[in-house]
Amino acid sequence: MDLLTRDLLRVATIGSVDDGKSTVIGRLLVDTRQLFDDQLEAVAHASARRGVGDLDLSFVTDGLRAEREQGITIDVAYRYAATPTRKFIIADCPGHVQYTRNMATGASTADLALMVLDVARGLKEQTRRHLCIAALLGVRAIVVAINKMDTVRWSESAYSAAVDEVATAARELGIADVTCVPTSALLGDNVVAASLHTPWYVGPTILDALERSDAGAWDSAEGARLPIQWVLRQPGGGRSYAGMVSGEPLAVGDRVTLLPAGISTTVTALRGPSGPRDAAPAGVAVDVELADDLDASRGDLLAREPLPTVTRELRATVCWFGDEPLRAGARLRVKHTTRSTPAIVEAVESRVDVERLEIEPADALATNDIGVVRLRTADPLVVDDYAQHRVTGGFILIDPVSNVTRAAGMVGDPGLPGTSARA
Amino acid sequence: MTTIERRPTTLDHLEALESHAIYILREVVAECERPVLLFSGGKDSAVLLHLAVKAFAPGGLPFPVLHVDTGQNFPEVLAFRDETVDRTGARLLVASVQDAIDRGLVADPGPTGSRNRLQTTSLLGAIQEHGFDAAFGGARRDEDKARAKERILSFRDAFGQWDPRAQRPELWQLYQGRVNHGEHLRAFPLSDWTELDVWQYIARDRVALPSIYFAHHRDVLRRDGMWLAVNEFVEPRAGEAVERRLVRYRTVGDATCTGAVESSAATLDEVLAEVATATVSERGATRADDRFSETSMEDRKREGYF
Ligand SMILES: Nc1nc2c(ncn2[C@@H]2O[C@H](COP(=O)(O)OP(=O)(O)OP(=O)(O)O)[C@@H](O)[C@H]2O)c(=O)[nH]1
Ligand SMILES: [Mg+2]
Repeated sequence: MDLLTRDLLRVATIGSVDDGKSTVIGRLLVDTRQLFDDQLEAVAHASARRGVGDLDLSFVTDGLRAEREQGITIDVAYRYAATPTRKFIIADCPGHVQYTRNMATGASTADLALMVLDVARGLKEQTRRHLCIAALLGVRAIVVAINKMDTVRWSESAYSAAVDEVATAARELGIADVTCVPTSALLGDNVVAASLHTPWYVGPTILDALERSDAGAWDSAEGARLPIQWVLRQPGGGRSYAGMVSGEPLAVGDRVTLLPAGISTTVTALRGPSGPRDAAPAGVAVDVELADDLDASRGDLLAREPLPTVTRELRATVCWFGDEPLRAGARLRVKHTTRSTPAIVEAVESRVDVERLEIEPADALATNDIGVVRLRTADPLVVDDYAQHRVTGGFILIDPVSNVTRAAGMVGDPGLPGTSARA
Repeated sequence: MTTIERRPTTLDHLEALESHAIYILREVVAECERPVLLFSGGKDSAVLLHLAVKAFAPGGLPFPVLHVDTGQNFPEVLAFRDETVDRTGARLLVASVQDAIDRGLVADPGPTGSRNRLQTTSLLGAIQEHGFDAAFGGARRDEDKARAKERILSFRDAFGQWDPRAQRPELWQLYQGRVNHGEHLRAFPLSDWTELDVWQYIARDRVALPSIYFAHHRDVLRRDGMWLAVNEFVEPRAGEAVERRLVRYRTVGDATCTGAVESSAATLDEVLAEVATATVSERGATRADDRFSETSMEDRKREGYF
C-alpha cells in the first residue's frame, strides 16, 4: 500500500457560545465517516441517556462529563480528519467568555478559523472577541458557517445580512480571505452535503471550503530563525545546536548571527530527523554545526538576515487571562522562544474595545481583555514583530508563584487596520 | 499590514508530526529537572522511544525509561522491552504492581482480575520515589474523548491528579514546563498522531515492534465482546470455549483486559491497509477497561492514569 503524502491544515472553531461550533464539527466528522462505528454508537448512547435526542452531534467533541451535563464546551477538543491529500487537525474551541484562554490555546496554532454564527442572533460581543483574537494570532483565512439556517426558514436575506456583518468585521480586522456558507449543522445542510433548502446559494460547502483552502501554506516570515533548544555533543568533542527552523529555510553554507551575542558564523552541517541534509524549511527539527567555536546555549538564537532585534524593552499586544487585572508594576516571567526571564510591566497603554473594534486608552487589563503593554525584561530577548514572524514575535507571561500561564503576548501593535490609526 | 506570501508547504504530514514530537522531547528535557519516559512496549511507546533516540543522537537518552509492570504481560512484549532497552542503551526502571500488592498498598484483584487501574498507584509511587517532574507518554488524542481534551504538556498536582476544568493555556509551541515541588507534568509528543499516522511512520522508519502486532495463530476465548488470549492470567470460565484463531493486537496492555482482533495482516503493508479501513476504534476493539462507563478514561486520568 502506498504511503500517502499529505499536507497538514490546522483548523480552529471560533464563535459565541451555543452558535453550533461543536455541532458543525460533529456533523463534518459524521458525514465524512471519520468516526468509528463504536464512537458513533457511544455518542448515540450518551444522547439517549441524557435525553437530548437520537444523536447530539456536539457530543462528538464535548467529551468531558461536565460538558455533556451542561451542554457547553469547556476546553478545546482535538479531532483529526483525512482526505486523500490532506490531514486536518481540528481544534473545537469553547465559545463561553470564561474559557477564552482555552479558545486562544486552540486558535494559536491554527492556519484557518472555522467561525460559526447563529444566523438569527448575528455577531455578538464574544464573536467579535474571538475574531479579534484570531486576527491578532495571525489567522488570515476564515470559513464562516452562517448556521441554524433552519430557524429562519432558509431566508436568503437573513443570510445576506449576516454575511455583511461578518465582512465588515473581517475587513476591520484585516482578515483577507473570508468564505461564508449558509448551514444547518443540526440537519446537515451545506456542511458536507449540498443543501436542497438553499437553491439561491451556489458556493462551496464547509468541507469544500476547507479542502480548497491554501491557508496552511501562508507564511510572511523573512529571514531564517533557529532558537537553540539544546546542545548536542558530537563525537570528537564538537557540538551541535538543536532547534526547530522557522521563517525561511536554513541551509548549509548560510551566514548566520548568534544572538544576543551578535557574532557571525557559518552553518557547516545540518541534520534533520532522518540525517544530514543541505537545507531545512520551517517546521523541521534540526541540529546544526557552526564554523566557529562559540559559547552558544539554550535561549540563544541563530538568525539569517534580516536580523531580529535584541532588546530588554518590549511593546506588545497581550490577551490577559489572569483573574486579577493586569496593571503597571506586575512581575511575571516571560517565556519567549527557548528563553525564560523575569519581566516587569512598565505600563498598560490601551485596550481593544471588542464591541466596536477600536483601541482606547486604559491603565489595566481585565480578565480576557486584549491590550497594549510595555514590558521590561531582566535578560535581553531576540524578537521580531509578531506580524512579521510568529515564532520570534510570540511570548507567554507566567505567574511566578503558581507557574500558570497568564497571557499570550505578541510583539508590536495589534496591527488591526481599522484600529491602528487611532492608537 | 504585512504582505502575505504564499509558499508551497514542503513538509508532508509525517515529517511535520515527527519534527514536532522531537521538538517537544527536547523542550521538556531542557525545561524539566528529572524527566522519565513511560515505556509499555506497545507501538506508541516504541515510536516515542525511537523519536527520543533521534532527538538526542548521537548522545544517549538523557532520561531513564519506566515500565509500569502489571505482572500480567504478554511474554513477547517483555522480550521486546528488554531487546529495545539493550539496543538503545536506555536505563530501564520497573514499577511493579505486584510489588504494590505485596506491600499492601493496593488490594489484590485476584489472580485473573484486571490490574489496569492499579497501575496508577505504581506510576505515581515511582514518580514520587524518583522525584520525576515530567513523564513522557505515548498517548494520542484520537484514542479517547477525554484524551482529545488534554494539553501536550499536561499539569498534575501534588496528588497526581488531572483537572480537565483548569488546564493551563498552551499557546503556540511555547510549552511551559515549570512546576512546584511535588507536582509534575505529563508530556505527550504524539498528541496529534492518529493510529494510521503511527503505522505509516512505523512503516517509513522501520520501527521495530513486538511480534503480536502482526497476525498469528493463538488460543483465544470470547469475553465482553473481545477475543482474550488464553494464558496463565486468562482461563476459560464456565461456558467459554477456547478456539484457535488468526489474530493480531492493535494495542498492548495488561493481558487480562487487552483484546486481540481477528486479522490476517502479517506484514506492515497489510496492517496499514487494515488500519486505513477499520470501522471500529482502537480502544473500542481492544480495551475492556474503557467499557465500564461513559467517562472511564476521564475518571482514570483524573486519578493520575497515563
Ligand atoms: N436549529 C438548529 N440548532 C442547532 C444547529 N446547530 C447547532 N444547534 C443547536 O445549538 C445548540 C448549541 O450547539 P453547540 O454545537 O453545542 O454550540 P457551540 O457553539 O459548540 O457551543 P460552545 O462550545 O459551548 O460555545 C445545540 O442545542 C445544538 O443542537 C442548527 O443548525 N440548527
Ligand atoms: Mg462547543
